[in-house]
Amino acid sequence: MPGWKDDVDVLVHEGKISVPYSWTVGSTLSRFYCELRDNAKIWANRCPSCGKVFAPPKIKCIDCYEDLHDWVELPGTGTVETYTVVRYEEPVLHPRKAPFAYGIIKMDGADTGMVHFIGDVDPEEVKAGMRVEAVFEDEREGNILDIKHFRPIT
Amino acid sequence: MEKVAIIGVGYTKYDRNSPLTFAEMVFEATTKAIKDAGISKDDVDNIVSASSDFWDGRTISSMAISDAANAYGKDITTVEGDGTFAALYGMMRILSGSYGVTVVCAHHKGTESSMNGITNCAFDPLVERKLGIDAISSAALQARRYMDKYGLLEEQFALVSVKNHGNAMRNPLALLPMEITVEDVMNSRKIADPLKLLDCSPVTDGACTLILAAERNAKKLTTNKKRVWMKGVGHCSDAFRLGDRDLADTRALAKAAKRAYAMAGISDPGKEIDFAEVYDAFSYMEPLWLEGLGICDDGMGCEYLERGWFDAGGRLPVNVSGGRLSANPVMSAGLYAMAEAVQQLRGEAKKHQLRGVETALVHGINGMCGQSHCVWVLGK
Amino acid sequence: MGKRVGIIGVGQTHHAAKRLDASGTELIAEAVTRALDDAQLTMADIDAIVVGNMDHFENINYVDMWAIDGLGACMKPVFKVTTGGTTGTTVGACGYYHVASGLFDVVLAVGWEKNSESDTQAAITTCANPTLERDPFAGAIGPLATEYSMYMKAYGATEEDSAMVAARDRNNALNNPYAHSRQAVTVEDVMNSPMLSYPVKFLDMCPRSDGSCAVIFATEEKAKKLCDRPAWVHASVVRHDYTHFGDLEWKFMPTLERASAAAYKLAGISSPLKEFDVAELYIPCSTCGVKWMDSLWFCEHGGAPKLIRKGIFEMDGQLPINPSGGVIATNPIGATALIRVGEAAWQIMGRAGDRQVKGAKKALCTGFGGCSWTDLMILGADLP
Repeated sequence: MPGWKDDVDVLVHEGKISVPYSWTVGSTLSRFYCELRDNAKIWANRCPSCGKVFAPPKIKCIDCYEDLHDWVELPGTGTVETYTVVRYEEPVLHPRKAPFAYGIIKMDGADTGMVHFIGDVDPEEVKAGMRVEAVFEDEREGNILDIKHFRPIT
Repeated sequence: MEKVAIIGVGYTKYDRNSPLTFAEMVFEATTKAIKDAGISKDDVDNIVSASSDFWDGRTISSMAISDAANAYGKDITTVEGDGTFAALYGMMRILSGSYGVTVVCAHHKGTESSMNGITNCAFDPLVERKLGIDAISSAALQARRYMDKYGLLEEQFALVSVKNHGNAMRNPLALLPMEITVEDVMNSRKIADPLKLLDCSPVTDGACTLILAAERNAKKLTTNKKRVWMKGVGHCSDAFRLGDRDLADTRALAKAAKRAYAMAGISDPGKEIDFAEVYDAFSYMEPLWLEGLGICDDGMGCEYLERGWFDAGGRLPVNVSGGRLSANPVMSAGLYAMAEAVQQLRGEAKKHQLRGVETALVHGINGMCGQSHCVWVLGK
Repeated sequence: MGKRVGIIGVGQTHHAAKRLDASGTELIAEAVTRALDDAQLTMADIDAIVVGNMDHFENINYVDMWAIDGLGACMKPVFKVTTGGTTGTTVGACGYYHVASGLFDVVLAVGWEKNSESDTQAAITTCANPTLERDPFAGAIGPLATEYSMYMKAYGATEEDSAMVAARDRNNALNNPYAHSRQAVTVEDVMNSPMLSYPVKFLDMCPRSDGSCAVIFATEEKAKKLCDRPAWVHASVVRHDYTHFGDLEWKFMPTLERASAAAYKLAGISSPLKEFDVAELYIPCSTCGVKWMDSLWFCEHGGAPKLIRKGIFEMDGQLPINPSGGVIATNPIGATALIRVGEAAWQIMGRAGDRQVKGAKKALCTGFGGCSWTDLMILGADLP
């Protein structure tokens, strides 16, 4: 009889998939991150066919599927294309406490945008079109957080 | 080209913390769909599931539902993505001539896992993932860009939430039927600006199954009333990194829609489509995608929304089911939307039935900020 | 009915235990670029793309979205299929159905895995039911060892029989520049290698690799135009078993038996041992290279050891199996079964280099994975 289901003490087993990961950064992004780590410089790469400049750099042009061998140094300044102020806490994921701002920053000299934090500013004051510059961490490890955030150019 | 029909639909009720395992949910949905089609389980010769190892917390999670989906001893395969893409693969397999009757099933038990953690894993571990970004915060970036590009207001997005939760009042299946106002949405808790709690969909448990059949089988196995034809389909993906895209540009959706319309022989979607189930995990998405679908011009979605075009009684009702805003079983959301369209076309939608509908549009999404789209045209 | 479909290009990476020079997307791009070169196409010629791998080996959700740059899939139709160990053949079948449906003309199918990025066994273990079997009985080696010890008891097969398979595949790999493990090995070496789980020893078992494979499928019209000798798809069949390991039949391989029977029927094959010229089989462990031969209808149940001892499946035998070195030499899991399809296609196309079986006209390839499930394809030089 199906009625027995009403009386079952339904259990839930807790679990966490604990698999360690070590991601190979690859040649293209390794070069990008080494420049960040060693010289606090942001480098991009350019498609030989359409001329599009990618920051962060890409392994292939997304439009032409060409290999990208031309590297260009960017000045580290750019414009906020869009932004959000995050109000919820996610301690495992977020490297900082809410409220904080994410933006997509189109770097001067690049054709694509970079997602990053916008800091040194009241999050409520962030606007699209705002001019910003990269602020680097003093201790850099060769990853995207070597850029601390982008801050408004005053 | 041979035609393919949807001849049966089945689903579980939407739930949070469902007491069923996801395999039991798939069993319930599939059993109902087979019954709805009026066929036997032995008539089914292959299965396509939509499963995600991430959401299920299990490697090869489609293994776990294969018995439940009636796959023992049969040909089964798995699409990892929204159910609309699984339905597309089901249709391909039938069109290839290899199969006659296909089970397409999708399940989602989102309340068992962490949505933010799982969607954070959709970002490149080498770049954006370390920033902690997820489905909600990336959607917020898109919503803001959409507002800035066309001068739109949060109040206009709120109207989508008001409309869809209101529609859910007439759909007993929906998880969040609510009579709310624009003020309620505006005053709800801020999540990630400009998104507030009532701009966001609730993660929901639910399994849905469709039975597809080749024309030759459909005509043999079921009645005319049960058959809904898959008239057109298209899919297309935009670039991966958020910064590679103008997030308010809907070119990938437009390309997918163009393909679907061409296949279905539709030249003026705004006129020829009677109703649509459009992906609305966040309120702003509905007008944005309606623009990409060519139902309104770029930047005009909100204005037409305000004019009532997309209301249940409007010229092109959108998300009369209540949409994803009223229940969002992520992986199976697209199949539920297709099932809704099938029931509307069959005249079985009861309290939220639309009158005289012949042609439906259903839209599903993969990836963040609508990176990849699948567009269906279904018809009588 | 469906359209005829031909394979017109294959590309694969140089596989290795750890490809530190290339990220996941770079591996994909390497395979895709080589497949395009092999077919003499550019990305503009590709109408749709399908990709597959296993989520928990790299921890990337929505791989089809993430891999866009490597796949060349920006503004193209793309989706992901995945079925565990069979993922590669599942990707291949999906590429085939894309074209056979009449919806797309030229389709790129890509499998990849970067197994060096995680703990492969830890990830595989999560495939078992978390509340039932995950703790006591999971991972790849235990179940395979169990099934062979049962087969040994039932039919008198020996550890030497499986060691012969291991030596065959490993030595074949010496002729394959792409293979991960290229090491001359004797039967004694295999027998003397460390015991992993009785009767499976270290050299019996596949490695885990970093690698990617890409295969291009095309309609009859396009294939004839673009390729002088396409490998035509004669059959694509999948058979599936129960969900729980405890429910499975272990003395033979039911899904392989059923899938091959169905595929042979489709391809009009009545005497597989005679009619196939070459086979690229997903043999993850040399013991499977014994037991599973029964289930491919090469012999009666229990007949495989005799065929192996006769050398039937060696490069100079009646039906060479795994000229590439197979899975025991190379195993980037999501690509592994697609490499079987790609290698079989190259055999038909006459592009298999030093491992070419002369005049190969009909090839069998298989994928294995999940709860003992089989994906199988038959390719031929003649139109189906």
